[in-house]
Amino acid sequence: MPPSIMRKPELVCPAGSLPALKMAVDNGADTVYLGLKDATNARNFAGLNFDQNSASEGIRYAQSRGRQVLMAINTYAQAGEEKRWHQAVDMAAGLGVDAVIMADPGLLDYASKTHPQLRRHLSVQGSATNYEAINLYRDLFGISRAVLPRVLTLSQVEHVIAHTDVEIEVFGFGSLCVMVEGRCLLSSYATGESPNTAGVCSPAKAVRWVETPQGTEARLSGILIDQYGQDEPAGYPTLCKGRFEVNDETYYALEEPTSLNVLAALPELLRIGVAAIKVEGRQRSPAYVAEVTRTLRAAIDAAHVDPARFAPKPAWDAALGKVSEGQHVTLGAYLRPWK
Amino acid sequence: MFAELRPPKFLAELGPKLPQRPWSDALCASLEVARLTKQLDADFSFLEGRTLRIFIEDLGARATLRYVNGHFRPAAADIEADVSFRASTENYLKLLRRTEDPDTLFFQRKLRIEGDTELGLHLKNLLDSIEPPAWFSKLVA
Repeated sequence: MPPSIMRKPELVCPAGSLPALKMAVDNGADTVYLGLKDATNARNFAGLNFDQNSASEGIRYAQSRGRQVLMAINTYAQAGEEKRWHQAVDMAAGLGVDAVIMADPGLLDYASKTHPQLRRHLSVQGSATNYEAINLYRDLFGISRAVLPRVLTLSQVEHVIAHTDVEIEVFGFGSLCVMVEGRCLLSSYATGESPNTAGVCSPAKAVRWVETPQGTEARLSGILIDQYGQDEPAGYPTLCKGRFEVNDETYYALEEPTSLNVLAALPELLRIGVAAIKVEGRQRSPAYVAEVTRTLRAAIDAAHVDPARFAPKPAWDAALGKVSEGQHVTLGAYLRPWK
Repeated sequence: MFAELRPPKFLAELGPKLPQRPWSDALCASLEVARLTKQLDADFSFLEGRTLRIFIEDLGARATLRYVNGHFRPAAADIEADVSFRASTENYLKLLRRTEDPDTLFFQRKLRIEGDTELGLHLKNLLDSIEPPAWFSKLVA
């Protein structure tokens, strides 16, 4: 396909605060996603996220510059508290967001019946990895876009895109988790709360860092999950990224802290027709949002102009590498040879 | 103004032996002035009755403050803090300038948090949500 008619994917960037939203817009995001200050979204951390006033100001800031705002209401309504989730959907519609990102089928049903004009995206937390599932969500709830979990190879993503008219959004950069998005309960095992239930993985109230002569201990609800030597890099304090003793050996028994970086695969992502490329990290500060947005903006534009000769610039990889969690960046599942 | 502030190494040794109270007084005064002049317009009520400590490692300095009845007050340098932060002058300045993200510094072990993590995270997120006034950005530039 000649580059001129190849679809240029939307760059979708995270915002945990109004300054972060402005950084995303000012540095070239096409779309910004945000959440409210409660358990209705999967980054429910103290002091983070938006209330009605800041959301309204952010939406005005973005839309007046021709950008879009999505609201993540992507946790599962907890029994007896459905009203809170419904109110979030009503608020999103009232504020005039460009779409809501949702996972809970009950909520998708509520949104499609109560606010049929409000665009609906299927969240990564919905964990739909095949086109049959995505088409079912489309038929039942009229979703316009699905965010794919980070478990598929490029050829599998291509296969999904070829068999659905629902737009497909994929992750382009950010911290990786154990690749069972929408199905992970590890955090609940140690803390009683996990992303789908309370909107938070390793809630901060369960986290303690303790300086000892041997290094810094990371504890989750008192459970020692890792210990870092004086200058050893640290990761987020999640069970999946801890080092554990297994058969007398202490190592990353589940996964090593790692970040996804798809720059090298951009021409392929453009060729197969992804609608949007998403950046992880609503919990990060405005400085991160600015750096990552600026870098991905330049890279996507370059890949679109001349995909055949595109190669990631060392400066881009350096900028992304600096803000990454873990010592490694990876193409994740996109280029794994096995299926 | 402070672009290349790297204090001489002996300060890290000498600093802790000096009185710590001036650091706490200076920090509290700055915060209170900023709030009075509406430059730091945010709801700090979650800090009520809590004690924070800021270690500036290369200066050997520690500022301790307590939020009481809606005001920042200096507190004794030897009492136990609810949460403490540790970093160098250079890295605190990067955070103030917003050129570096605290999670990045945390991953690189250049910023450490001890104590009540949620309190620390709440404070970090609150500060992120405030837009720094232009004079402040110039001051730390």
